[in-house]
Amino acid sequence: MKTIQKLLLSLSAGLLLVGCGNNSNQSNGNSGAMASSNAEKVYVAPGEHDEYYAFMSGGYSGNVTVYGLPSGRMFKEIPVFSQFPTNGYGYSEETKAMLNTSFGFVPWGDAHHPDISQTNGELDGRWIFINENNTPRIARISLETFETDEIIEIPNSAGNHASSFVTENTEYIVAGTRFAVPNPQKDMPIDEMKGEFKGPLSFISIDQDTGHMNLEFQLNMPGFNYDLAHPGRDKSHGWFFFTSYNTEEAHSMQEVNASQNDKDFIAAVNWKKLEEYVKNGGGKKVAGTYAHNIYDESTQTATTEMKEGVISVDPRNVEGAVYYMPVPKSPHGCDVDPSGEYIIGNGKLSTQLSVYSFTKIQEAIKNKDFDGDAYGIPILKFESVLEGVVDSGGLGPLHTEFDGKGYGYTTFFISSEVVKWKVGTWEVVDRKPSFYSVGHLMIPGGNSRNPFGKYMISLNKITKDRYLPTGPELEHSAQLYDISGDKMELLSDFPTHGEPHYAAGIPAEMLKSKSKKYYELEENNHKYAAKSEDATRVERNGSEVHVYATTVRSHFAPDNIEGIKVGDKVYFHITNLEQDFDVPHGFSIIGANTSEILIMPGQTKTITWEPKREGVWPFYCTDFCSALHQEMQGYVRVSAKNSNTKLRWSLDDEWRE
Amino acid sequence: MKTASITMIIGSALLLGLFFFPLWSISLEAPQYPSGIGMYIHLDGLEGHEKHDIQNIDGLNHYIGMRKLPKKDEMWEFTVFPIVIGGMAALGIIIGLLGFFKKVSYKWFLGWLILLTVLGVMGMFDFNAWMTDYGTNLDPKAIMKMTDANGNPLSYKPPLFGSKDILNFTAHSYPALGAILMGIGMFLTFIAYIIGLKKAK
Repeated sequence: MKTIQKLLLSLSAGLLLVGCGNNSNQSNGNSGAMASSNAEKVYVAPGEHDEYYAFMSGGYSGNVTVYGLPSGRMFKEIPVFSQFPTNGYGYSEETKAMLNTSFGFVPWGDAHHPDISQTNGELDGRWIFINENNTPRIARISLETFETDEIIEIPNSAGNHASSFVTENTEYIVAGTRFAVPNPQKDMPIDEMKGEFKGPLSFISIDQDTGHMNLEFQLNMPGFNYDLAHPGRDKSHGWFFFTSYNTEEAHSMQEVNASQNDKDFIAAVNWKKLEEYVKNGGGKKVAGTYAHNIYDESTQTATTEMKEGVISVDPRNVEGAVYYMPVPKSPHGCDVDPSGEYIIGNGKLSTQLSVYSFTKIQEAIKNKDFDGDAYGIPILKFESVLEGVVDSGGLGPLHTEFDGKGYGYTTFFISSEVVKWKVGTWEVVDRKPSFYSVGHLMIPGGNSRNPFGKYMISLNKITKDRYLPTGPELEHSAQLYDISGDKMELLSDFPTHGEPHYAAGIPAEMLKSKSKKYYELEENNHKYAAKSEDATRVERNGSEVHVYATTVRSHFAPDNIEGIKVGDKVYFHITNLEQDFDVPHGFSIIGANTSEILIMPGQTKTITWEPKREGVWPFYCTDFCSALHQEMQGYVRVSAKNSNTKLRWSLDDEWRE
Repeated sequence: MKTASITMIIGSALLLGLFFFPLWSISLEAPQYPSGIGMYIHLDGLEGHEKHDIQNIDGLNHYIGMRKLPKKDEMWEFTVFPIVIGGMAALGIIIGLLGFFKKVSYKWFLGWLILLTVLGVMGMFDFNAWMTDYGTNLDPKAIMKMTDANGNPLSYKPPLFGSKDILNFTAHSYPALGAILMGIGMFLTFIAYIIGLKKAK
């Protein structure tokens, strides 16, 4: 009852902090000597580089943004699940296929949890993965080009939230089901959900050379809502842990009806056992259509393969592979400490963190120390697997990260603070308010065997008065803490784009030297590339016209085109001949019903144009490429549908046809 | 005479370094090129400091109407220079060997050095003439036509040796490893002559 009162108190008091006693004024850090030393800590002088990359999920923007720490400067937005008119992603002929799904072309996504590939439990900086919640998908982004290279759809699932977390050698990446659904999908009454719906957990393998993803199998779990996950590491490598809520299996008014059970579950899944089971022919192939989209860097073109069928594994058929562990009601984050011994359940609606011991879990399994079962899946006795409790005094713990120095850091949404506690003794050693209502937090490498415990950022849901107001709609806010000392120090806050859920950080040194500067023209195998001005041309095929054009500072070749007719569909294939760092050219043409395209040096991109009216219509370069950028323009003459205007093109009045 | 001859052989053999290392390096600095842009002049052609620097220098030069940098087969020098240097190195080594077996006197060493110096000066003269032409013989349709205070067209000739500001760039022109080895080699052949001279006295 006390908890409920506290909850009500804090909710009714809006954002007043409760239960965080010490020196919240001081840590505000906006006064006197403290502020100036904090300013120095986040100041990265002009021309200097940040120490860390931070990859923030863009949430409902569907994308990933790249920031620097400690400055909080944004470097790039990487389009992933959403069309991005800024560079033509999802509009250009080459990239449209990236957004194909079994539901057709989906122009938007809800990106949640980025995770960087690992080797031996440590960040290796090969790829970053991120999940899409709404139309379940996982994307792989290259950390050489910082572009999305692959997207795989997850069939039979809904609300892919417990994703995209990688195992410690990037063997697998998981996808979860936060909205239990009929599996297979079928037309049935909603209120007959109980026992009928399922919550499949998907295991996707990663090819270590290419990074290509393959949906290996789905664990067809009872229809609870699988919310978050983390893999075991080191000693618990081979296991995966998933939190779940709504073990009530409520189908309506979940905020109340899914909050009735005192305890929900963490599913402990021995994926190595499942892998072996499937390898030996276990599981059965069930229906499930899904799109697998791969961007080929050589042809610079994405293709979609529609796949059918997936191996489904009934957890009850694999002895010793799946257990439930009780956890205080409606847990959110599920985190594993760097040693792999401790699994943290963050009880979203409680004050406590529950810490489970991997050793105790193994003991309890051996001794069959069960407390009944749920749909045939054994429930481990809470007391037998619980190692300790972090009694924080805060309210609404959501997520925990580690600093590699023996401490855990947990965000508390309701009491709006970050709490630092000691692994092993579970005592709270520090707490700092965050502004406001913090969701995830991120320490670079903080979910690996080897965290870089210098900075921590909190990713806050509410922005309110942190910045100059911009009307009712605000960007979200991140806050940077120095965690190198005994006490956390709030250094700065900066706005973040979209709604960053989780983030992933990595030392800049691990990525910056391998970041690609441009694409080699000689390695461009695009079907419609023109690799020199001599190769430029215009070809008509019925009402389809293909323009093979090039750009170089500061002109298009060709820049005059005649013989286009109303009703044609014109494909502008633009190859950027530049071979220097940071010399993109853009292309757009009046009345195009698409976006512009931004073409990197050595790249070919295609956009279509369907002229509606006769006339002479200009196109131009949209990226300020050079001193003669304004002159980088051209004309297309459009004639009537039945006219005899000859198809011809020119540069500097040298007409060809 | 043995020491002098061996020194002569080593000195003239160092010319062969020009077949492995560039003769000259011209680099350009500007704010937009934080890591610089530039080219090496080899005996048999030009090469960018980075893979695409030649193309990028041409790209910059087209604004002021400079011609594209010559390819290997567009300048006779790139064919003749390797023959001259190779021939001189062979000649020097032969003279050194003949000296070793006391077939020729040390004075031949000096003769060789004077011949190479004359050829070197001619080469520099030719190189400078090419750069003058390249930097002043501009396309009449040039995008930017810059003039000096007296209204004369600006010359974009890079310096033969040293640094010079050209519009927004600072150009640095210095010998590269091949030329440095050649210089050391020439110095050694002079030493060979001196040793021979002292031994003879």
